[in-house]
Amino acid sequence: MPTDPLLRVENLCVRFPVGPHAGSKTGGVVHAVEDVSFTLGAGETVGLLGESGCGKTTLGRAVVRLGPITAGIVRFGGTDLSRLEGRALREQRRHFQMIFQDPFSSLNPRFTVGEILGEPLDIHRLTPDSASREQRITHLLESVGLEASHRHRYPHEFSGGQRQRIGIARALAVEPRLLVCDEPVSALDVSVQAQVVNLLQDLQRRHGLAYLFISHDLAVVEHLAHRILVMYLGRVVEEGPASELCRKPLHPYTQALVSAVPVLDSSSRRQRIVLAGEPPSPIDPPAGCPFHSRCPVAEPRCRIERPELREPETGRRVACHRV
Amino acid sequence: MPLLELRNLCIDFGSHRAVDAVSLSLEAGTTLCLVGESGCGKSVTALSIARLLPTPPARIRRGEILLDGHDVLTMSPGPLQQIRGGTVGYVFQEPGASLNPVMRIGAQILESLARHRPEVAHETEVIRLLTTVGIPAPETRLKAYPHQLSGGMQQRVMIAMALAPQPRLLIADEPTTALDVTVQAQIIELLKDLQRRLGMAILLITHNLGLVADIADRIGVMYAGQLVEEGPAAAVLRNPRHPYTRALLNSVPVPGRSGGRLETIAGSVPGLGQWPPGCRFEPRCPVARPECSRHPIDWRSDSDPNRGQTAAPHRDSHRVRCPHTED
Repeated sequence: MPTDPLLRVENLCVRFPVGPHAGSKTGGVVHAVEDVSFTLGAGETVGLLGESGCGKTTLGRAVVRLGPITAGIVRFGGTDLSRLEGRALREQRRHFQMIFQDPFSSLNPRFTVGEILGEPLDIHRLTPDSASREQRITHLLESVGLEASHRHRYPHEFSGGQRQRIGIARALAVEPRLLVCDEPVSALDVSVQAQVVNLLQDLQRRHGLAYLFISHDLAVVEHLAHRILVMYLGRVVEEGPASELCRKPLHPYTQALVSAVPVLDSSSRRQRIVLAGEPPSPIDPPAGCPFHSRCPVAEPRCRIERPELREPETGRRVACHRV
Repeated sequence: MPLLELRNLCIDFGSHRAVDAVSLSLEAGTTLCLVGESGCGKSVTALSIARLLPTPPARIRRGEILLDGHDVLTMSPGPLQQIRGGTVGYVFQEPGASLNPVMRIGAQILESLARHRPEVAHETEVIRLLTTVGIPAPETRLKAYPHQLSGGMQQRVMIAMALAPQPRLLIADEPTTALDVTVQAQIIELLKDLQRRLGMAILLITHNLGLVADIADRIGVMYAGQLVEEGPAAAVLRNPRHPYTRALLNSVPVPGRSGGRLETIAGSVPGLGQWPPGCRFEPRCPVARPECSRHPIDWRSDSDPNRGQTAAPHRDSHRVRCPHTED
């Protein structure tokens, strides 16, 4: 890498203690994110792909310090975010923002759109007077395809797609360099989803934004991302350039994931690999490879020895004994 | 005779029409997919088949729902109960919200058996059903409460419950939307396998067009309360004739073709009570002509001799509510 990337995550771990529950009388520890490392450059999109419970949202929230970090480093620009607290962290916050999945619950229902967009401007004191504040709000609304007059309305007066645009405008208000998008189009209808995907691409081109794009939808991730990280049970099991990873997945889990996506065009349909069972609990992750209990090609050593992430080809990493 | 036939079905909510003159038919052993975006009326249509819509606010204004030739709309409560969860099984989107949280799953399936097949209402049949839908260790799982199962397992329980009375029609409303893709693949393979073995007809409601390509024999596309295109799955997907169907198909990201812009549909879906007087899609249509906004648009179909009729067409027809479509 010629220059230092915008974001460098090193050996990040997030663990949550759990009390006594049905599976264990003494309680235990949820290993939500285990030893995750990756980089994200300015203007780049990294897709974070995985199924529910794999730790992708926890990872995204940890990166922007909306969730706890147990161990590891989140280096943003020159600063290690994992050590920052209080005022120093708040000052950094304008450089990274988050877009949430549910456009219904992530907007304050008692704020007008103008108040929603004005709040981050006030917190970070970005506009010196009320005229420039109003002007900035107008500009934000227009940049996401809404109208200046919408500032007086409340969230409930908008459709799901429009609300997601408001969420994006709010994130953009502080002119961030990194946006963590947590399933931003999953709750939207396909035609509206296409509008929001296009908007995210336009904004990236215009502002040089970096996206960490979290999704379970392989088609959307492949369309938007330059690189993809595939997570399983808290760990990255494969990483690679988006189109290559989707065309020639190396890890058996990625292969199953890619083959499970229903596609329109029957000529590009793959032989479907239907995985047996479901992911094991992250409270007591199995020894060896986290995927061995469902893996169609597992061998005895997979149950004992955890495969490290290796780089079989330049730019691609995979954690599997069989590759 | 088709297993299910809807003729000119019209459903109102208050003073607003939600489903407008929908006619379609479904043969035994085949799968019909209804696709469309939120609010297009696909779920309301599905719920109306066993008269599960709360009335009021819903009111079926016109039309017939023929199940095996008998009109569900004129049925007395007795036979209707035999249809609900009997001849017609339902599987809904959120299994967690559809199962009774304070009842063990075995007891819930037994309840359905006791009503519709009392002669086999015992634990062995429940275990057989759980095995059919691929639940491991069914002898112990039938004692589980719904919250002790994952989403995929809950959906399998829902399917087992729907299958208990040996339905001839399975209506699945977004059965995999709440599930992960690898689990979705399991459920879809399960439905296909069950259809092969049991010969049920499946009416699948979904907005996932990829899924439709995988399972449908026929496809009906709904927009603003109307069916706007209907035909064999391959024909509708490969040669879509309604501008809305084309736009919908083009807005889906295609694997292997990344980076470019996705095609979008200008504007948004009109709400209930705001439907345009002519073609419903006219304000958003890229190929609209002035006359499109003047009159309601009727069906056009080349292989259907009953052109323009409200009755459901024969099995190979591909019909479309647009006079300007090129062939």
